[in-house]
Amino acid sequence: MGELRAKWKVNMYAWLLLLPSLIFLLLFTFYPVIQTFILSFHQADLGSPEPFFNGIDNYKQMLEDEVFWKVLTNNIWFAIGTVPTSVALALAMALFANKALRGKSFIRTAYFYPTVVPMIAVANIWLFIYTPEYGALSHVMEWFGKGDMNWLGDQKNVMWAMIFMVIWKEAGYFMIFYLAGLQNISQELYESASMEGASSWTVFRRITFPLLMPTTMFVSIIAFTNSFKLVDHLVIMTKGGPDNASNLLLYYIYETAFSFWDQGMASALTIVMVVLLLLVAAFQFFGMDKKIHYN
Amino acid sequence: MRKVVKSLFAVVMSMSLITGCSSGNSSSTNNAAQGANSSGKTELSFYYPVAVGGPLTKIVDGMAEEFNKENPDIKVKPVYTGSYQDTTTKVQAAVQGKTPPDVAVMLSTELHTMMDMDAILPLDDFIAKDGGSEYVNDFFPGFLANSQVDGKTYSIPFQRSTIVLYYNKDAFKEVGLDPEKPPTSWDELVQYAAKLKKDGRYGVEIPSSSFTYWMFQALALQNGKNLMSEDGKKVFLDTPENVEALQFWVDLSKKHQVMPEGVNEWATVPSDFLEGKTAMMFHTTGNLTNVKKSAKFDFGVAFLPAKKNYGSPTGGGNFYMFKGTDEKKQAAAWKFIRFMTESKRAAQWSVDTGYVATRKSAYEEETMKQYVKDFPAAAVARDQLEYGHAELSTHNNGKVTKLLNDTLQSVITGQSEPAEALKKAQEEADKMLAPFNK
Repeated sequence: MGELRAKWKVNMYAWLLLLPSLIFLLLFTFYPVIQTFILSFHQADLGSPEPFFNGIDNYKQMLEDEVFWKVLTNNIWFAIGTVPTSVALALAMALFANKALRGKSFIRTAYFYPTVVPMIAVANIWLFIYTPEYGALSHVMEWFGKGDMNWLGDQKNVMWAMIFMVIWKEAGYFMIFYLAGLQNISQELYESASMEGASSWTVFRRITFPLLMPTTMFVSIIAFTNSFKLVDHLVIMTKGGPDNASNLLLYYIYETAFSFWDQGMASALTIVMVVLLLLVAAFQFFGMDKKIHYN
Repeated sequence: MRKVVKSLFAVVMSMSLITGCSSGNSSSTNNAAQGANSSGKTELSFYYPVAVGGPLTKIVDGMAEEFNKENPDIKVKPVYTGSYQDTTTKVQAAVQGKTPPDVAVMLSTELHTMMDMDAILPLDDFIAKDGGSEYVNDFFPGFLANSQVDGKTYSIPFQRSTIVLYYNKDAFKEVGLDPEKPPTSWDELVQYAAKLKKDGRYGVEIPSSSFTYWMFQALALQNGKNLMSEDGKKVFLDTPENVEALQFWVDLSKKHQVMPEGVNEWATVPSDFLEGKTAMMFHTTGNLTNVKKSAKFDFGVAFLPAKKNYGSPTGGGNFYMFKGTDEKKQAAAWKFIRFMTESKRAAQWSVDTGYVATRKSAYEEETMKQYVKDFPAAAVARDQLEYGHAELSTHNNGKVTKLLNDTLQSVITGQSEPAEALKKAQEEADKMLAPFNK
């Protein structure tokens, strides 16, 4: 009996410690997720003030919605454009910042500062850079005698413009993880490599890169989810335009929910996005994880 | 087993804790809804957005302060709620949470949406008790057009605007055009713009982001009639006149090359004008004070050029009141709306911000007379109101507006042809409006 009571005491103690976060988790994660799931099977828009069950109609409608497909395609291109490049750039920057003898902290700060600037301010800065005629980029183009380009006002350019900006913003943030990863690699490995006379490329290929794989995986998951979470820049810079050329999934969900007040459809879109992200994260975790060496 | 029961118990406990909290909240909001705090004052929450430059929050706060002084038994608490879009979102969230604000300024075009949600009060009873039609009829009909459905009035015009043509008089002189004679027709607009164009300066800019539909609506009105039916249940997008209007817009950049290609950003068009990068622009009168303060050259304001006739949609925000608040609060909210729209205050508001004064009698006020005398441009928007019409507002307004914006942008960026694109948009819009035409 006494043993049981002691056990119970320990358990209760653990539960009490967990309680605060459990409450928040239930209240702000599980409850909304379940609600969203239920609502996604309801017609709940302006035309039907009382939501009613309509089965998978929302999902069917989504498949026929041209904008949905455009947004999804955009998002995939956006992910392909931003994730590998920003991760590779972060790694290069980290290697450089790690090695640099002079001005180490200056270089790190310079690389990291895009992450510190508020999103809205970043969007405004880049809005100015991309402005035709007198924007910063137009001035630079002028030096090279190139014609004026409407970066954000042209369907062909707008996605590139957004991708470039996001790489600039993200690379510095990911660099920090790589820096931490680099510091964790044992110096003995490098010493023995130099005793063997290995070239620096071999050292990178056989030691640094493999041992950084856990960081790479972590960073690429973050980068991938981020590429589906971009909203603030779109609001300020393009509103998803022209003609949805820069519209991404989460912004479309926002529009559907808060401009069209079609809550059923917004919920269905949300479920699609969550499932998509879970699939990719699962693939990265269970697929790639086996090939990663943890020291 | 016992462990499981215990842990379940813990969860249940925590749940009851949460519900305990939330019920506590709702009772306190109920108290607020009673309309009186301990000192017996009626407290009003007032949501308002800011959509143009300048210290507008200060001006609005000052007006509310003045109202509180005049009415010691009422206390208005102004809440700045961001852009128009943000404000609508917040009001909507509050309505769904059953704690609507007592009074709010929202786009006049939200009318049908708000009615579909059964969120707003018709104001006819208040109007009847308080001046009746005399009060309402003093507002310019162009502004009231987005306020009324089926003979009922649902909102009162407040921060209202319309589109006008701004032009650079110095540039006109430079190329030998008469600076007192702005273009009055589409043909003249093209001719003048071609003359005004030179390296580093375009002839004219019409913004094509954010409020693309609004600009298109102006062209459509100049070429015939409005884009939607009065009850907001039908749109007329693919008429030959509208196709022609859109073709004209595209031609300005593609054929005549007097306007930059691609989408022109709503916010940077005024900067282009002030920087001398364009000699003329279509833009809201809401920018008048801003342009007046920042222009380093002599500028003029004129009617938008005509095709068949002059024409411009109106725009901007109105006062709304909401269902679900008690009578005492509603009476106080109405008093506040009356106060905010008094002639002398409407006149001062117009002088301070550049918005068009919403009432005819406001132009009889001394402040306004003096202002118009010193700055005749301020009267242009009022005079153009004779040709003013309701802004695009339909049921399912968000979807229909976005559809039209997207369509227009796809044509402006050269992805599709006007006739074909508008036809497709019409079909889509019909689908979106179908539930409201049953």
